Amino acid sequence: MQQAPILLAAWLVILPVILPLLGGAALLMARRHGRFHLAIAGTVGLAVAIVDGALLWRVVATGPVSMTMGRWLPPFGISFTADATGALFALAGAVVTLVVLAYTAMDVEESRDGGAFPAMTLLLLAGVSGAFLTGDLFNLYVWFELILIASFGLLVFGGAPLALDGAVKYAVINFTATTLFLTALGLLYGALGTLNMADIFGAAPRASPAIMASVAALLATAFGIKAAAFPVNAWLPASYHTPAAAVSALLGGLLTKVGVYALLRTLMLLPASRDFLHPVIIAVAAATLVLAPLAATAETNLRRAIGYLLIGGIGSVVAGIAMPDALGTAGAVVYVVHAMLTISALYLVAGLVERRTGATDTRRMGGLYAASPTLSVLFLLLIAGIAGLPPFLGFWPKLLLLEAGAARSGLAGTATRPLDLGAAGLTICLLLNALLTLIAGARLWSHIFWRAGPEDDPSEHPARPLQAFAAREKWFGMGAVTSLAGIILLAGLWPNPLIEAGRAAAASLLDLRAYVAATGLAAPP
Amino acid sequence: MDTMFAILAGLFVAAAVFLLLSRSLLRMLLGLLLLGNGVNLLILVAGRLTRIVPPILPPDGALAAAATANPLPQALILTAIVIGFALFTFLLVLAVRAYETLGADDTDAMRLAEPPPPPPSLGY
Repeated sequence: MQQAPILLAAWLVILPVILPLLGGAALLMARRHGRFHLAIAGTVGLAVAIVDGALLWRVVATGPVSMTMGRWLPPFGISFTADATGALFALAGAVVTLVVLAYTAMDVEESRDGGAFPAMTLLLLAGVSGAFLTGDLFNLYVWFELILIASFGLLVFGGAPLALDGAVKYAVINFTATTLFLTALGLLYGALGTLNMADIFGAAPRASPAIMASVAALLATAFGIKAAAFPVNAWLPASYHTPAAAVSALLGGLLTKVGVYALLRTLMLLPASRDFLHPVIIAVAAATLVLAPLAATAETNLRRAIGYLLIGGIGSVVAGIAMPDALGTAGAVVYVVHAMLTISALYLVAGLVERRTGATDTRRMGGLYAASPTLSVLFLLLIAGIAGLPPFLGFWPKLLLLEAGAARSGLAGTATRPLDLGAAGLTICLLLNALLTLIAGARLWSHIFWRAGPEDDPSEHPARPLQAFAAREKWFGMGAVTSLAGIILLAGLWPNPLIEAGRAAAASLLDLRAYVAATGLAAPP
Repeated sequence: MDTMFAILAGLFVAAAVFLLLSRSLLRMLLGLLLLGNGVNLLILVAGRLTRIVPPILPPDGALAAAATANPLPQALILTAIVIGFALFTFLLVLAVRAYETLGADDTDAMRLAEPPPPPPSLGY
């Protein structure tokens, strides 16, 4: 039984969950009085971002922070343990949520039942923060389910036939994935008798390697579905383009990243099983890196194409997991932050493009460059960021990953070791991914913005003339997107704080002694 | 007894996979329900099956671990049942709405979000 009072500073760990949960619940109760919902949700989001920032600063300065609830000591009580990885991702998630809330303010006068949207968004943020900060695997399962319920609500919002179709596919596959995760939890509990992450790290070497390997394989499958890695990615382009653009941005920016974070975290907890799965991880990363941008090149629906670019980014993160050293893991962590911000911004820009052109298919778009230079510059900037062109944010994590790949494979430096074919293949796939992403993105840009008008489409729906933005769309829509793009640009031009945080995160993921010590458990040998 | 329960959980999962491979949305949902129950059984078996010995400590505090029921899997299963029930209810409503709106229970017929590509042109 825990007797000592909990330190005030430890509350920082659970405030990012408590604040949006309470805010979301309050907004749901007050759903009949929907006047200031968006403003309240924005205030809560801002508070969460500030708390996450303070938490990150503290964690980078003094190491992981842990808080155990219910006066039961770990491994029995539920621990919330934040290290630099979790805090960094939680901060990025809060920033994305804040921007999306500001973006949706442009529709607040039109939407009749806008009351549920801010509440659902806050509940989604609570689930995402909880997943990033929890130190208990069963608790992680609960946050996954909370995220699922909130995202179901967001997806079917408005009840358009298209959104219902997408929601059916999204819901069934994601429910299956969380059930697979639960299966892995059952086996893990049977083998180790614990579900506390720090305790799992200490207990795993004592268990049968065969059982641990099957648990790790089940976890990798479940989180692979959540993250939309290659063989199990078909649900994402089938569903993420169906809701409103703001919801696409929220889901695309946050949910797949939660899946890939869970993959990173659990595989780092089970290093022996990770090594066992190494060939599979390399194959998944290489296939995702190459096939996703190829699919984006063949796609004409704008937001479906962005979905494929998102999947390509997941490949980069999985490549980082396949190279578990200081450089590779730091690259994966920084890439997740970059992808959260950039993919959300790209979905939001796509929403504005769809508003101006009145179409969702790039075959019916064109000539937007003359009408809206700002939008076209924003789109180009984000495409360059995703492809990883040098001055932009996407370049730095790719550089870390390439350095890791070159050092591991023996392609660079003193090549006394034999060539590591896996790492060499990953390095080549990373470079190929950058090229293919640039081709796909440039193709989208030239179709939407650069050419004079839509191509001669034999369909029965002629392209509508370009719509002008209303004042609210200009202020809230463009303003939100521009400020997010500004953050991305600044983080790309001064990447050092982010890279340093990424290095700290990689160090805490690779050496879990400080993480285990923070929960109060005995350090593993 | 553990072996029998393990086989039972396996049968549940096998039936669930069979139903999930169906094209009919309703059968898939029933498969998900069975899958959830199979996994709950698995967690119950994983946490030691015993005869009826309640997990209550006697006043002197000492109790042989092997002879007592393990309360933690039951807590885990209860949580999973509640969450699974909520999600399954939502999925049922979603399936009904999808059937009303799209007029299809067959997932092959739900092509609104992913329209099949246009046929290749035959001329030049």
